[in-house]
Amino acid sequence: MMDNIYMPWLMRIEKVTYEAPGVKTFMLKFINEEDQNKFTFKAGQFGEYSVYGVGESTFCIASSPTRKGYIECTFRQTGKVTNALSGCEEGSIIGFRGPYGNIFPIDEWKGKNLLFIAGGIALPPMRCVIWNTLDLRNNFKDVTIIYGARTVKDLVYKHELQEWERRRDVKLITTVDPGGESPDWKGEIGFVPTIVEKVAPSSANTIAIICGPPVMIKYTFPVLAKLGFTDESIYTTLENRMKCGFGKCGRCNVGKVYVCKDGPVFTLAQLKQLPDEY
Amino acid sequence: MNIDKRLVRKDSLEKLFDILKQNSKTIFAPVTKNGKISFDVAESYKAIATDYIQTTQSSKNVAFPRTEKILDYTKGKNSISVKPFDYQSIPETIIWGVRPCDAMGTGELSAIFNWDSKDEIFNNRLSRTTVFGFSCSKADESCFCTSVGGNPGNTVGSDILFTQMGENGDYLAEILTEKGSAIVTLAAGLFGKADKAEKEKYIADVPVKFDQNGIRNKLEKFFESEHWVEQSLRCIGCGACAYVCPTCACFDIQDESHGKSGSRVRCWDSCGFSLFTLHTSGHNPREVQSQRWRQRIMHKFSYMPERLSVYGCTGCGRCSRACPVDMNILEHLISIQEVSI
Repeated sequence: MMDNIYMPWLMRIEKVTYEAPGVKTFMLKFINEEDQNKFTFKAGQFGEYSVYGVGESTFCIASSPTRKGYIECTFRQTGKVTNALSGCEEGSIIGFRGPYGNIFPIDEWKGKNLLFIAGGIALPPMRCVIWNTLDLRNNFKDVTIIYGARTVKDLVYKHELQEWERRRDVKLITTVDPGGESPDWKGEIGFVPTIVEKVAPSSANTIAIICGPPVMIKYTFPVLAKLGFTDESIYTTLENRMKCGFGKCGRCNVGKVYVCKDGPVFTLAQLKQLPDEY
Repeated sequence: MNIDKRLVRKDSLEKLFDILKQNSKTIFAPVTKNGKISFDVAESYKAIATDYIQTTQSSKNVAFPRTEKILDYTKGKNSISVKPFDYQSIPETIIWGVRPCDAMGTGELSAIFNWDSKDEIFNNRLSRTTVFGFSCSKADESCFCTSVGGNPGNTVGSDILFTQMGENGDYLAEILTEKGSAIVTLAAGLFGKADKAEKEKYIADVPVKFDQNGIRNKLEKFFESEHWVEQSLRCIGCGACAYVCPTCACFDIQDESHGKSGSRVRCWDSCGFSLFTLHTSGHNPREVQSQRWRQRIMHKFSYMPERLSVYGCTGCGRCSRACPVDMNILEHLISIQEVSI
């Protein structure tokens, strides 16, 4: 049956978590246990999630491959499919096909410090690799997470942020845009690039993984360069519009590079080889 | 390898058509509808149009229909049943009257649909399709197959290539594949001997207009050129070029719902549309028409040869004929060749 590459697996929504206004996380389990046992993925990969009768939508897998038996996705309600997904309840059945795309090369990062920088709804595509490395914590040195959102309300994974805050082996810095703070806000106030500059993490033996809105990424790259990060030590994940997920529908390419097949994970050195069309 | 060459009398074609019909083959052929000649199911031999240089639409819709089902679903109270598209429902099909440029296009489509993961919907349609190519005895100013590796008597992509030997003449049939041989077996009496027949003098003369590899090399350094803006100023982004193209394979996936049940369908799309790459956030990597026109040319003449080892154009000329604002791909390619970077 699976020789039809467009056939999704049926997944049951086990749990719905409200993350932020318009943002939800689904914990998904395969209806068919055999599918569950055969399914493997790695940090950085994505899939196509569908509501039957409405359509498909592309997001990264937000849970870590070290957590077996389920996958999670986090999405913001913005378009036709995400609106329909948002209307789904625990117990509803949706479609999922994947995993597609390349991976974060965490095996190559062993013995290094990790610096995660995320903005807004771009923490979900990084949550997978964050938990993946935290679950293999002894393999890595210092782990720093810098996460910003427009307002306190817009920060996603609030429980996990608290957990990372408590952990001694994680340094978490959260920030909100000026004006986005609440009276009891104890984190930083300022845009992500400014906070990165202020925190000034060392670039020595460090891999930086960054994901966020284009404007955040654009202004953070020069800060990282100033801190001494090489283009090869900076990773990001691109999100282009996709339909198929495997290089046929013709949407996601940046020049000759297909985000769905060659990406979504790229180093800054690789990005600099691409034409400016992403 | 020696090609099996046969002679088919002009008046035997109708018999061949009838034999194929009797053997339950679905026959797609150029038929006239609303003043346009396009590939559609031909119920009788008389319905087949003969006097045309090029059909309005290519024959690609046989293996890659404009809209096709991927799966069907039915929603129950607490369950959903999903059925993949049933390949067995694809009829054994003949495409009759395919120009060599369209026949070559199936190879280019196949490269896209089999790059890495195999698209078995396309492959099953193609494997149930037998291509009757017909060499061109006429060409017009939009034709440029010889500039992109084809020619008006090219056998690539056909199972049998028919070449009419002179106006009102009989046909030379080159039997090119096993599928072609199976047709000869089916209608043995109609395929006579033709060992000495040559087709060259009967096929159209299409002069070479540009150097394809030269253009590919030029495009490597052409991404930032102002030329794309100049060329595309009059483009209205209607996508007609993609819909008539025998090799354009970009598609959309949509759901069609009818109450509790429905289908997921794949339908043709075009990189020329402004919404094609639009993100939900509002960001659009190909924001203006010149970027979309650049994508169209770069994909066919630079990205495809690099990634798939085939070019994405067969020189059929349909996009130039169909364009409502006279964007002429041949003129544009020649001008890319001539402009200095």
